[in-house]
Amino acid sequence: MASRKIELMVGLFVVIAFAATMMLAMKVANQGMSGNGDTYQLLAKFDNIGGLKPRSAVKVGGVTIGRVEKIFLDPDDYTPVVELAIFKEYNEFPETSSVSILTSGLLGEQYIGFQPGFTFDGIEMLKEGDYIEDTKSALVLEDLIGQFLFSRDND
Amino acid sequence: MVSWLADVGAGTLNKLRAIGRATQILWGAVVAKPQPIKHFPLVIKQMHVVGVKSLSIIVVSGLFIGMVMALQGYTILVDYGAEGSLGPMVALSLLRELGPVVTALLFAGRAGSALTAEIGLMKATEQLSSLEMMAVDPLRRIIAPRLWAGLISMPMLAIIFSAVGIIGGHLVGVDWLGVDAGSYWSIMQATVEWEEDVVNGVIKSIVFAFVVTWISVFKGYDAVPTSEGISKATTETVVYSSLAVLGLDFVLTALMFGI
Repeated sequence: MASRKIELMVGLFVVIAFAATMMLAMKVANQGMSGNGDTYQLLAKFDNIGGLKPRSAVKVGGVTIGRVEKIFLDPDDYTPVVELAIFKEYNEFPETSSVSILTSGLLGEQYIGFQPGFTFDGIEMLKEGDYIEDTKSALVLEDLIGQFLFSRDND
Repeated sequence: MVSWLADVGAGTLNKLRAIGRATQILWGAVVAKPQPIKHFPLVIKQMHVVGVKSLSIIVVSGLFIGMVMALQGYTILVDYGAEGSLGPMVALSLLRELGPVVTALLFAGRAGSALTAEIGLMKATEQLSSLEMMAVDPLRRIIAPRLWAGLISMPMLAIIFSAVGIIGGHLVGVDWLGVDAGSYWSIMQATVEWEEDVVNGVIKSIVFAFVVTWISVFKGYDAVPTSEGISKATTETVVYSSLAVLGLDFVLTALMFGI
């Protein structure tokens, strides 16, 4: 019976090692860890998404309200489309809201800044699958430097 | 001068003889007439001794090393507003270096020394000779299962070490210091490569497992069969294994991640 117990412990050891391997694999395969709680999806088109990545944060005034679910290219007009998974508890955003891609700090990662719009008569709330019309693209530092140099030449 | 030269020569010859004996043991245990099915239960038993019983020390050290790295990394990174890079920092240092190396060092201290002492005592009490009297090859019956068990267990321990360390980093970085959980995982996922980082770390730890277990069983099998000889062999196991692991780590790192 003692050898049965040893076999059991070794089996457990192998299973733990396998679980650890799976955990490392998931981290690389970029799946699992599907946020916390229920979400609904919103879409936004940008001209340029810069360094935005799936699972980047969506923030309203610094408060995280969701994550970037996935990023893909619209097959018709070749513009990047970002799918946002917003937590269900924040489901009262008017369709005049706007989103912009911001950077936290000079060297930090990029996130989506969500600016809730005004509500008045005839304005509906954003629902699952809606496009957010008002978007501002990421600032690309190289473009900015280029513009700066160009404007200096004109002086 | 001449006697000094002779000492150098004698020392070199002794080392070469030891390497030769070690290779003979390895050959006799692993290559010559392996009996994987018959000896499989023995390997399981040894995996329990060297693997399962090392689990607690591996998990505890992994957790604390991950936590300390998150704490130290955070204090530096926060100055540059780059605390989001905490995840890849913790994960890469664990997967590439600390996981394989610290596991190998702990394994040498926890399991390697025990292997040496056990085999050395078997030799001192003439159990190995008795096995030979009964026409049982001690290399295949005693050494081979221990070699295989070490070779299988240590990479698994290293993977567990890295995974637990990353969770420890999450505990301190995210739950205590307030790094964003999404950026901890997402930047880690974007940075860590499966082959470049995870597989290379596992290859490293397989090499370390081979070296540490080989040194352990050889030192035990080759020990002078006295209490003093066994104590010397046990010490040498830990010292030589640690030095070999640290030296090989530099070579492997240069090969894997160098230019």
